[in-house]
Amino acid sequence: MTKLVEWLVGVTAVLVSWAVVSFDLLDLSLPEAYREVALPMPLYLLVSFGCYSLATVGYRVATFNDCDDAAKELQEQIKEAKEDLRKKGLKF
Amino acid sequence: MSSRKAAPASGVSADKYSVLLPTYNERENLPLIIWLLVKYFGESGYDFEVIVIDDGSPDGTLQVAEQLQQIYGDDKILLRPRAKKLGLGTAYVHGLKHATGNFIFIMDADLSHHPKFIPEFIRKQSEGDLDLVSGTRYKGDGGVYGWDLRRKLISRGANFLTQVLLRPGASDLTGSFRLYKRPVLESLVSRCVSKGYVFQMEMIVRARQLSYSVGEVPISFVDRVYGESKLGGNEIVSFVKGLITLFATT
Repeated sequence: MTKLVEWLVGVTAVLVSWAVVSFDLLDLSLPEAYREVALPMPLYLLVSFGCYSLATVGYRVATFNDCDDAAKELQEQIKEAKEDLRKKGLKF
Repeated sequence: MSSRKAAPASGVSADKYSVLLPTYNERENLPLIIWLLVKYFGESGYDFEVIVIDDGSPDGTLQVAEQLQQIYGDDKILLRPRAKKLGLGTAYVHGLKHATGNFIFIMDADLSHHPKFIPEFIRKQSEGDLDLVSGTRYKGDGGVYGWDLRRKLISRGANFLTQVLLRPGASDLTGSFRLYKRPVLESLVSRCVSKGYVFQMEMIVRARQLSYSVGEVPISFVDRVYGESKLGGNEIVSFVKGLITLFATT
């Protein structure tokens, strides 16, 4: 099963159960409260996911490690390498 | 599980690590990356070879590689050039034909990947007998140098999208500093069809599909090239196209 198919199955399952509850498609005679809560769910879930995404990406960008030490170390090693290679006969 | 053999100070280990180094116009960086590889492999005592796969660089990369071969020996530095720029997947296939190691490192030749992490990779691999070890910029003390806010935002945003759509079980899919067991690399390269960034992503996704074990090592990525080659609209578009293709086909 590809990821696309997994998503389609999952989304279909959620939408079907939402529709059944919200519009009383199977004549289940559920309490009014269920229907009131269920109706705005898809929109609510989308907005929540949107907020979660923004917060997560924002957090990850803010905490993205900057490797200043690694850059410095590399610069020094480059000098050392050039010296050593020159001694060994490399013509740059 | 019995522990794997330790670093072969006694010279008993039969493991050999082949480093595949595709190059294009790396005349300045090639001596430096090879010097670093020799340094860190030498210090750790592991048996290794470096296979330079130059795609007909017009700047004389191959000539520098030949000098390095003189200095370090042609058992350690192998040259397997190609006539022109032919792409990463085929470079690996080409390199693999000539590799004599049972483990294969892939990495970039432009000094963004640092060989100091090689012992880490090897340790991680042997601890869990892993099929694949991937360097990650996004976890632990992994990170980058030389990226501005825009670049970081694009990187994290793209990675988030990838995680949501593909749920790959690895934090850094587009990274190209990796250690593979040789049969694993051979098997994966033969199945992957994408190009560029997406090729590296596809390798990990397919590894998961085939139930290969994947581990991660935090690495520092020092980007000195970014100043010259900004991440443009074209690359973003082709990344998204590739991501959607993987989403729909794997």
